[in-house]
Amino acid sequence: MGRPCAVIGVGQTKHDAKRIDVSMPGLLREAALRALEDAGLGFGDVDAVVIGKAPDMFEGVVMPEIYLADALGAAGKPMLRVHTAGSVGGSTAVVAAQLVQSGVFERVLTVAFEKQSESNAMWALTLKIPFQQSVVAGAGGYFAPLIRAYMRRSGAPEDTGIRVALKDRLNALKNPYAHLHFPGISFEQVASSPMLWDPIRFLETCPSSDGACALVLASEDAARGAPGPAAWVHATAMKSEPTMFAGRDQVNPRAGRDCARELYRKAGIGDPRRELDAAEVYVPFSWFEPMWLENLGFAPEGSGWKLVYDGATSLEGDIPWNASGGVLSSNPIGASGMLRFAEAALQVRGRAGEHQVPGARKALGHAYGGGSQFFAMWIVGAEKP
Amino acid sequence: MREVAVIAVAQTPSVRRERTRNEVEMLMPVLAEALRRSGLRREEIGFTVSGSCDYLAGQPFSFVSALDAVGAWPPITESHVEMDGAFALYEAWIKLQTGEVDSALVYAFGKSSMGDLPEVLGYQLDPYVLAPLGVDAVSLAALQARAWLEATGRSERDLARVAVRSRRDALENPNAQLKGTFELEKLLAEPYLVAPLRKHDCPPISDGAAAVVLAGDEVARRVCRRPAWIRGIDQRIEPHAPGVRDLARSPSSELAGRNAGARHGRIDVAELHAPFTHQEWILREALGLGEEVTVNPSGGALAANPMMVAGLLRIGEAAQRVMDGRARRALAHATAGPCLQQNLVCVLEA
Repeated sequence: MGRPCAVIGVGQTKHDAKRIDVSMPGLLREAALRALEDAGLGFGDVDAVVIGKAPDMFEGVVMPEIYLADALGAAGKPMLRVHTAGSVGGSTAVVAAQLVQSGVFERVLTVAFEKQSESNAMWALTLKIPFQQSVVAGAGGYFAPLIRAYMRRSGAPEDTGIRVALKDRLNALKNPYAHLHFPGISFEQVASSPMLWDPIRFLETCPSSDGACALVLASEDAARGAPGPAAWVHATAMKSEPTMFAGRDQVNPRAGRDCARELYRKAGIGDPRRELDAAEVYVPFSWFEPMWLENLGFAPEGSGWKLVYDGATSLEGDIPWNASGGVLSSNPIGASGMLRFAEAALQVRGRAGEHQVPGARKALGHAYGGGSQFFAMWIVGAEKP
Repeated sequence: MREVAVIAVAQTPSVRRERTRNEVEMLMPVLAEALRRSGLRREEIGFTVSGSCDYLAGQPFSFVSALDAVGAWPPITESHVEMDGAFALYEAWIKLQTGEVDSALVYAFGKSSMGDLPEVLGYQLDPYVLAPLGVDAVSLAALQARAWLEATGRSERDLARVAVRSRRDALENPNAQLKGTFELEKLLAEPYLVAPLRKHDCPPISDGAAAVVLAGDEVARRVCRRPAWIRGIDQRIEPHAPGVRDLARSPSSELAGRNAGARHGRIDVAELHAPFTHQEWILREALGLGEEVTVNPSGGALAANPMMVAGLLRIGEAAQRVMDGRARRALAHATAGPCLQQNLVCVLEA
């Protein structure tokens, strides 16, 4: 995995439905400057810039990194633009980490963003004829049948998803950057919210957000000068599989299982539930928490929902998932994966504020995309591996 | 730095309009051919990475279905850049430097015929202050050509010479699209497309795909008789606003070339990603390439310009010459953005 790499700066914007107060470069700079300030660095200290976002059609600018280079101080530097569908925020962080791990660069700034208010993301995510039969509306339409299949397979109680949504929405109240804050939210409120894509209710769905996330990654030498604590990258992994073929298990996809297995092997983790202190996992629809609990090996197949029921994944549980409020509370798509990676880093740096998991030393960041087919993950820790 | 080499290259012929095959169908034979030439089995490839642009197809996630061409089962370690395939190759080179993998498959595809390319490239510009002016890719290139002509005192005849040579050389390239013997005087008698550029100064619009296989030291030596070793690779970007750049020069190419070690020895052949004639002159100067260097023997982007592929093709063409023994040391260059805004330089040796 090359030489050690540390997260020494983390920054994110206030996420919102419409950040009309900033332009696209303004949005990126808000996150980038916070990450640089956290790392005690300026744009001039950065060796390379890696930008990530989901489809260009969300903002209507082809390869926007070409023009965002100026705003991120990238002139005269290498610049890469990653796009791996919904997992892109995670993949972007992995690519940026590798620029350091390769031994080529000392300090890398990586920024992921989406300004979804520039377009209509739901329809941008609805593939159309002639590319394929247009049978669903938006990501929810695509994923609802997978959730149905999970419910049937596992026999999970119907209110499992409501419990996840309630937990993440309560967590979001402790995260000042989260897009959605519902003070006093209750089980009944989630349960009575309109059904959007059966069985996904309105309050079990992620929002469409404007937002950005940035990380400063550094070599061991460069991390030494950082003013704050470092989150060391213990392992990264990425896996992909095709969208459709006969016999493909989309509920518990093999690419996710393989990715987690490779990640744990590299990080020396045997039992993720016991050995990790926190997890930030890409859960855009509440039911994906029990599904990914199984896919990522936190629970045996068919029993992920039991962890939800037992409160194991709550902030007070033994393995808090999405203490930040997760994708359900903020979803600037291109940035959503990097936010998971960044929140994992904040936890092990002890910098997560009100949603800090006490004493967290090792955490998982996870992102997925496409038709549950692209996976990117990392494990960060307070100690150098 | 770990030694990394190009061990196989494959491409489709570039055509103005691929009428029957979609991107997956264009890629499948190319990927199969690249793997066959590499001597590696698909399961032996440690990392796969591609470059493409959603806007060419006019749909989000066009790279997702392209994965069907790879046969990603069991699941593979894979990534994608919304950039020319040359930058995907850069990511693969970085990945090989971490030591995590020993080989990588890099591919790129672009079917520009599905839309209006100059208009699509117009959407690449700063959406707040530049794009609303309605300037397209050719007009921006013309501004740059004018800046270069004025700065150097050269003439439009020098531009046309590049076009004549490129399309003549392309006669030897079965994959080239626009080739032939053209008379300098006749070309110069043609009207301007966007002054000072005439049609011959501009690239064709192309559909195409390409793949390159990279391998780390041990694997490369084991499977390849004469690998094209990457002695240096670097890429740099410049500011976007044309008004803050000296368009007659390419400082980012100069810097990338220096970091890649372009001047540390004689270059036999250079493949430059110069879609417009004047850009070849700008790049020659930035990279210190004298008259003795053979430039774009493939015909370059003036003979075949599949978007997202043309940069990777430069690396492929240069590497192929090294692997064939036609060159000992070669330079490949790729560009992105208007007026050579971002540039990558790769130096390959036998």
